Amino acid sequence: MSTIQETVAPAAAARVTIRRSVSTIAQIVVLLLLLATPLFVKNFVIFQLTMWLVYAIAIMALNLLTGGSGQFSLGQSAFYALGAYTSAILMEHADVNYVLTLPASALVCFVAGVLFGLPALRLSGVYLALATFALATAMPQLLKLGVFESWTGGVQGLVVTKPDAPFHLPISQDMWLYYFTLLVTLLIYAASVNLLNSRTGRAMMAIRDNEIAASALGVNLPLYKTLAFGISAAFTGIAGALGAIVVQFVAPDGYTIQLAIAIFLGMVVGGVGWLPGSLAGSAFIVFVPNVAENISKGLSGAVFGALLIVVIFVVPHGARQVALYGEALAKKFLKNN
Amino acid sequence: MTPSQDMQGSEPLLSVRGVCVTFGGIVALNGVSFDLRRGHILGLIGPNGAGKTTLFNCLSRLYQPSQGDILLEGKSILKQPPHRIPDIGIGRTFQNVALFHNLSVLDNIRVGAHSRTTSDAMSDMLKLPWARREERALDKRARDIADYLDLLEVAERPVAGLPFGTQKRVELGRALAAEPKILLLDEPAGGLNHEEVHALGDLIRKIRDQRGITVLLVEHHMGLVMSIADHVVALNFGKKLAEGPPAAVQSDPDVIKAYLGSKDA
Repeated sequence: MSTIQETVAPAAAARVTIRRSVSTIAQIVVLLLLLATPLFVKNFVIFQLTMWLVYAIAIMALNLLTGGSGQFSLGQSAFYALGAYTSAILMEHADVNYVLTLPASALVCFVAGVLFGLPALRLSGVYLALATFALATAMPQLLKLGVFESWTGGVQGLVVTKPDAPFHLPISQDMWLYYFTLLVTLLIYAASVNLLNSRTGRAMMAIRDNEIAASALGVNLPLYKTLAFGISAAFTGIAGALGAIVVQFVAPDGYTIQLAIAIFLGMVVGGVGWLPGSLAGSAFIVFVPNVAENISKGLSGAVFGALLIVVIFVVPHGARQVALYGEALAKKFLKNN
Repeated sequence: MTPSQDMQGSEPLLSVRGVCVTFGGIVALNGVSFDLRRGHILGLIGPNGAGKTTLFNCLSRLYQPSQGDILLEGKSILKQPPHRIPDIGIGRTFQNVALFHNLSVLDNIRVGAHSRTTSDAMSDMLKLPWARREERALDKRARDIADYLDLLEVAERPVAGLPFGTQKRVELGRALAAEPKILLLDEPAGGLNHEEVHALGDLIRKIRDQRGITVLLVEHHMGLVMSIADHVVALNFGKKLAEGPPAAVQSDPDVIKAYLGSKDA
């Protein structure tokens, strides 16, 4: 960043162009990898990759809330659960097509997010984090309540039927779900990028940087703060719904506070406020536990913790820092050639 | 209201009428009244604790007066919620610069136009045609303002790393983006050196002359106030001490006493 800041306008413009071309190339490479990888791996790996994308959506949603509007949440698992159950109940009890359950989950979670966002208006920083923490701890128990048991299946949960690929495509169910999830991920990514570069997104970031100034410029603080919660919850709900379809099962204990913390951790590792980092953060929470288990079966938790500490020490700003470093290298390379 | 003002006719743009503000037992403003005429630059002066910033915060609806009224073009602003203040035409800058530090210069200016744009979250996420059109128009306006304030060179940079004087211009640009009728400037000369203060005075006058914006200037820097203000209101201990043309206020014995202390004090 600082290299750009210290130059005069024409040179800066040229560098911005290089910078854009570097990031465009990076985006194309990542997209090609995302498209091609499943063709060369086993079904179980495809399943893991799909879950990686699902968590990436959830992390992206938290990134919009925290990186965008500056509000913390340790309660994302609650919205994830709500989305998962909405989808599962619609599919199993009402026979709704799995594709249609996604917007339904988004809508339910948007409403829940806004409703939760309203009391949260009075809280900020660590207090808001604690209030959302309460939401995350309450959710599994609410899902177990006897009143809802005929819908939710209580402690047993619900089994979801795995959808087949449409149009008799000759690909496995796992592979189809991967590409379906990838499409949804890309759509949500595009919507998030659009949002952050728009009037709404700028209003949210203005609130994050300076509430009083934002208000003096006519930004309706309660509206945009609750809106941020609602949008974040809606995207998390879509992730939850996809997760339910991919795993083919929902149960209360799948959506504990641990999930919320994992999502939070993924956001930090990916870089707070940097949307592409959500993929890296998600990779960390999906794959590093496996790596840790391979290193030591008995002490996998300790190994994971040690790896996490190493990451936080070496790159405190997460994957974003790595990307900026890579970009600087690429620019140097392009300039010398 | 002074007789000379009545004779000038035409309704004042802004009218402050007997405004009182108390914090607990402390009276910060005690029945302050004055008018601000369209196209004027009004300097609000007074020693520390005189109530200048309190009055300023009443105008931007951060504080609610316990008594009195504030009228913009004859309508009370006190019934408006704070976020509607830019809509009705009041823009402001802050004493110690309150920018959005992680946003670029252009984005700061774009946020300034929040009250003049209408796009909603759904249109923004889907980049619908009208949101796109509005964004393009806004982009042009933000660049025009950046150009006007000599900020194009730093347009894409985050404001956090910019020099203080530049940040002040960004804040002015942000306020201009809302197309205000009145611009409230809270100690704009604070932290600037002699030359910068001079340039700022020219800039404020230029904004008034070219954009037809009425200015209310709260300022410690007497040189700046005296050189650009058309009308000066002096406050002390929450009360109006004197009012009139700069030279008259400057030579007012009460004002001199408030600033320098009386001989027997």
